[in-house]
Amino acid sequence: MSEAPEHLVKRFDQELKRLRSLMTEMGGIVETQVALAADAIMNRDAAAATRAVEEDPRVDALEREVEKLVIRLLALRQPVADDLRRAVSALKITGDLERIGDYAANVAKRSIVLAQFSLPYSLAGLAHMAHLVQAQLKSIIDALGDNDAEKAVEVWRSDQVVDDIYNALFRELITYMMEDPRNITPCTHLLFIAKNLERIGDHATNVAENLYYAVTGESLPDSRPKGDTSAFAVVRPQE
Amino acid sequence: MSSTMQQMRTQQGAFGSVQARALSAINEPRIAIRNLDFYYGTNQALKHINLDLPDRQVTGMIGPSGCGKSTLLRVLNRMYDLYPGQRATGEVLMDNENIISSGVDLNLLRARIGMVFQKPTPFPMTIYDNIAFGVRLHEKLSKSAMDERVEWSLTRGAIWDEVKDRLHTSALGLSGGQQQRLCIARTIAVRPEVILLDEPTSALDPISTLKIEELIDELKHDFTIAIVTHNMQQAARCADQVAFFYLGEMVEVAPAAEMFTAPKQRRTQEYITGRFG
Repeated sequence: MSEAPEHLVKRFDQELKRLRSLMTEMGGIVETQVALAADAIMNRDAAAATRAVEEDPRVDALEREVEKLVIRLLALRQPVADDLRRAVSALKITGDLERIGDYAANVAKRSIVLAQFSLPYSLAGLAHMAHLVQAQLKSIIDALGDNDAEKAVEVWRSDQVVDDIYNALFRELITYMMEDPRNITPCTHLLFIAKNLERIGDHATNVAENLYYAVTGESLPDSRPKGDTSAFAVVRPQE
Repeated sequence: MSSTMQQMRTQQGAFGSVQARALSAINEPRIAIRNLDFYYGTNQALKHINLDLPDRQVTGMIGPSGCGKSTLLRVLNRMYDLYPGQRATGEVLMDNENIISSGVDLNLLRARIGMVFQKPTPFPMTIYDNIAFGVRLHEKLSKSAMDERVEWSLTRGAIWDEVKDRLHTSALGLSGGQQQRLCIARTIAVRPEVILLDEPTSALDPISTLKIEELIDELKHDFTIAIVTHNMQQAARCADQVAFFYLGEMVEVAPAAEMFTAPKQRRTQEYITGRFG
């Protein structure tokens, strides 16, 4: 992605660079939080869970710092066009990242409770979902660092798979609960964990939408293509 | 760009333009500029300009110094006729008449298209006569009708309350901001259809500037307005549509909200975000 030439006022560029680096820093921490939380469930790793939760205040602090910087930019630089879009999107994107961090912390907390139960079934579905969400998150944070609108579109499209796995997991967990009421407590936690992961995917999608707008000045359509993954495979002939 | 992106842009483009129309409807043109070229001697200052000035709306013209925006205003009311060696080709259509053709009555044209300059230019006479002077050239009014016209103009110029008790004192005693509003009042006194403003606030303090901007907002209910400004925020605040000029070409024209959030052309974006040069 080609970078625009520098502003005549150099400090403006420095401030915009700082904005971007704060966002990618925040993205990095959130990514780690999600990885730790996934680890905590799969490997019953209480230490990882604790670390995921402990990262949360740092994420919150970064969100506030971005807010302050954007308000300052708006007041002092009166940005327009792509600068304006970047400043406004930064506010929304960091809001989404902060939520992702919260969900990761929540997953981590539940993993500690979950560790007390012996589960008679595999967590493979959940592990798969966690992997996908982590991959999504990684892509969108890379895209954020590179201002890459095409990559944002890829992430935006890929969320459907996560939704599908969530729906399958939901049915599976309900079945376990019906089979044996003793499963209800752990399965409810698993359900919440799955839901949180699904929400993380949704917020990654929001980040993709905002990044796409910031870079191109256009909004992605209101509704994502639902359930139809064939769109990946179709290549339109050149007109 | 990948084909999916292109696809999406096209979809979005169609959707986006419908939305833009709904949000900031641009009226039918009062003046239509078609293939306009302008020369200072051999130097071409305007190149194939095509631009509509929508009826009773404000068109802001922005661009770096020497880009041709002031030249365009000078063409619109034939100011260049005063200078030898300057010529315009193409069409500037107002009511289907090409106003840059030679058969046009310049006095009448300038009554229909008034102009206000960067520095206030009050005549060295009383406030009352500043307004009445132009009116007398075009109309024969009784004393009471003239009094009414002067009051109407000064009221529309948002300066009546400040000068009503000193109408017969010299206009040169007014402050810069007041002088500029007097000049706008003088321009509207002859009831033009179009008002051209060439950097009308660049010599004024911020409060006087805001008063003029408020006045522009009022005046656009009755007049078609074109404003040249170096202050992009001013264009953003005042204009319904904004045209960006560069090196004698019109690079882009769009509704103001579109221009300052998502301009289409790279040069526009670089200029308005302060990356030019």
